[in-house]
Amino acid sequence: MAHYDFDMPISDAQVRALRVNDTVSLNGTLYGIRDATQIHMFDRGRKTRFDLRGHAVIHTAPNVKWVGETQAAPTGYAPLCVGTTTSARMERFTRPLMEQYGVRIIIGKGGLFAASQRAFADLGGAYLAIIGGAAALETTWIEQIEEVDLDDLNPESLWKFRVKGFGPLLVAMDSHGGNLYGTIATAAQGRRAEVLAALGVGSGK
Amino acid sequence: MRVDPIEVEEAAKALYIRALKLLPPDIKAGFRKLDSAETDTTGKAVLGTMIRNIAVAEANDNLLCQDTGIPIYNIVIGRNVAVDGYELKQAIVRGCARATKEHPLRSSVVHPVTRGNEHTSCGRLVPVINIDFSADPESLRIEMIPKGSGSENNSWLKMAIPADGIDAIKTFVIDCVLEAGGKTCPPTIVGVGVGGTADLCVHLSKVAATRALGSVCEDAEGARLERELSGVVNALGIGAQGLGGDSTAFAVHVETAATHITMNPVAVNMQCHSARRARATFTPAGVSYGF
Repeated sequence: MAHYDFDMPISDAQVRALRVNDTVSLNGTLYGIRDATQIHMFDRGRKTRFDLRGHAVIHTAPNVKWVGETQAAPTGYAPLCVGTTTSARMERFTRPLMEQYGVRIIIGKGGLFAASQRAFADLGGAYLAIIGGAAALETTWIEQIEEVDLDDLNPESLWKFRVKGFGPLLVAMDSHGGNLYGTIATAAQGRRAEVLAALGVGSGK
Repeated sequence: MRVDPIEVEEAAKALYIRALKLLPPDIKAGFRKLDSAETDTTGKAVLGTMIRNIAVAEANDNLLCQDTGIPIYNIVIGRNVAVDGYELKQAIVRGCARATKEHPLRSSVVHPVTRGNEHTSCGRLVPVINIDFSADPESLRIEMIPKGSGSENNSWLKMAIPADGIDAIKTFVIDCVLEAGGKTCPPTIVGVGVGGTADLCVHLSKVAATRALGSVCEDAEGARLERELSGVVNALGIGAQGLGGDSTAFAVHVETAATHITMNPVAVNMQCHSARRARATFTPAGVSYGF
């Protein structure tokens, strides 16, 4: 189990070095993306001006405050509370994000599924687990909202954050077929019969 | 006792913000209990981060979680309380919208077809307002629950049949916990509704999921069922965030209602580890805030 500090963006070799249970902290750029952002990008033909090649995206829609455009807040938005949403709903966007935009890392909570696992292997990518619901802490790792695109979808805009020491995040899915969620879920399913028996199911009680 | 809608509006606003920032003491105690029992290294680290987050939110006066949820207001009106019911509901909506605009908060509420966001956390029939009555003299309670979507997206109803018995209920609950995995932001409070009509059963599952830890179902059969399910659910090993360990759930809560001779309904709704709620109580002495 190794720890990596990444200055974003990263290379194919860097992401392929990651293994499940490694940890990663990010510095530099991190993009925030969500359901509506990706529905518009991949189902409705919209494009972003951002260059996402080699970058990480996090499944988020932040709480922001309009403070007017200043040097400290170039978009006019100050981050109030930036957290992470459940990734499962965005499963079908992993491959197009990687194929069309060159994204390398997806950060989220709850994990992704088989299609994403294949995309990580085919194209060189990984899924990093962040602790869902720990948004107050996560916000302290965000220095600034540098830019924003597709902002008519606010709060599901495409956000460009500048981050420092963003993590440690746990590598939960890697490019070698490693999937921590899958391992845990299979083991839990294996305990189902034992748990139901402990509840007296099938005993006629 | 007469209740002023202006005060209700202020309370509705204050409660939304308070609920998003301060975790109730029973949930904090639930974290301590899980943390002391956790045997898995990853599970221990995940719980540690969650516990640290609670302190950071308090220190920075920040929201615990980014998900401002769907706002729910549960109102319980005691005896000899004079209040204009229509005005009361309007005041709740105004307070909810003001919290969103004035704090500001992310409005997580959209029209279900157009997906348009009014940026007020309000919309058609939202905030959800439930009104009930109690025997308490001269008291009006407002409980506010921001219900996050990670847990709400994992909600189920099964219209089981009498021949399937209690086994169907127990099996369904365990299968829902397995299906939810890490998507519900575990450790969760697993809320189970048993009986009633389809809609009442689902409502009861929400009541169960949002009840304080340590509270017990008033129906002895429901209490027994929640004790049994709470005793085994963590043996599944799904763990905090679905990353393994002993902290899948703080507890399983059950609420029951009488049902039809042909029916055996069971519903499951979950509350995530950011099990937020806040309460305001109006009495002749004024308004007090708690959980």
